[in-house]
Amino acid sequence: MAELLWILLSAMVVNNFTLYYFLGLCPFMGVSGRVGTAIRMGAANIFVLVITSTCAWFLNTFVLEHAPYLRVISFIVVIASLVQIVEMAVKKLSPVLFRQLGIFLPLITTNCAILGLAIFQTNRGYGFLEGLAFAIGAGLGLTLALILMASIREDAETADVPGIAKGTAMVLIVAGSLSLAFMGFAGLLSSA
Amino acid sequence: MNDATPAPAAPAAPVFLRGIWRENPVLIHMLGLCPALAVTNTVANSLAMGIATFFVLCGSSFLVSLLKRFIPHEIRISTYILIIATFVTVADMSLAAFTPGLHKALGAYIALIVVNCMILGRQEAFASKQSVGRSMLDAVGTGFGFIIALVMMGAVREVLGSGTFLGFSVFGDNFEPWVVMVLPPGGFLTLGFWLLGLSWWTERKKQRAAAEGGAS
Repeated sequence: MAELLWILLSAMVVNNFTLYYFLGLCPFMGVSGRVGTAIRMGAANIFVLVITSTCAWFLNTFVLEHAPYLRVISFIVVIASLVQIVEMAVKKLSPVLFRQLGIFLPLITTNCAILGLAIFQTNRGYGFLEGLAFAIGAGLGLTLALILMASIREDAETADVPGIAKGTAMVLIVAGSLSLAFMGFAGLLSSA
Repeated sequence: MNDATPAPAAPAAPVFLRGIWRENPVLIHMLGLCPALAVTNTVANSLAMGIATFFVLCGSSFLVSLLKRFIPHEIRISTYILIIATFVTVADMSLAAFTPGLHKALGAYIALIVVNCMILGRQEAFASKQSVGRSMLDAVGTGFGFIIALVMMGAVREVLGSGTFLGFSVFGDNFEPWVVMVLPPGGFLTLGFWLLGLSWWTERKKQRAAAEGGAS
């Protein structure tokens, strides 16, 4: 149990997916303008990540044992079809949510965080429960980074930013500072 | 490093040239940021990543433009991703076979070329509509642009973060490396400052053009 909690915590803050592994940067740059949207995007991500982790575990255990070279292809196909289904479900169940996440919902498929999770999980040899903890931790970490970024950007709108730094340059430098701050969590690793 | 591209004689030239600088995938369109930030802590890694992506982009553009008549519209994205994933598997296994050191350094990020938005973007926006020749020109141009951007990142991060360039010492022994530059925050900061510099440069050029226009 302690180990599961440890995997979750480490994926969430110490090795945050966005700020340490640079995964899921597209939504980080794109939909981090408003806190509300950031939370919903994070929630969608957690959901897809958990599905992905289960799929990856299933494929690794029962299918890919005999054909490891098909790993990338089969991961991407299974994940892409699942996200398509989720997208259709969201479109049907909550058109408002669908409109707000706009172009980024289909792009969750080409979100590196999703495939990255499947590959990291495989490389580290996580079992089913470990994979689930990893997925939830990674999803929470992504959401945390999105919310932090969105709240900073909401404030920055009223700040006097020099013209040349407006937009992506400022977001990147803020992300750099956030990443620097998150490096402090590495202390957790050695003290535990 | 000059965006004053010569006036094209044939319409093929802009297709090739625009991806290199004026519409650089990383620096202008912010595509493929994940590898551009993650593996650019040394110039060698940046080059390897750039070349692997270049290979995948050219291969998939070629196949997609060749097969565009046979790909049903409804499942085109899935088809593109399958084609891209095939080339990524080839690149992954070749790197593992020929340069195990680099393969280890790049790690999971080679497999993650599949989800590089830049590659899928070129298929959807260009290769699926144009002839094979044009698509190849576009892919080679964009691929070069990607390599240039990655090496720009890698050069700054390696020189400041380790005091070396491609493994050779630059500043001598007395230089205290800025370790943070080779760590994740350095990636964000380096790209941030590159963008700042570029937009400052564009702004200055615009102002000069305006001043000249006003004077004459």
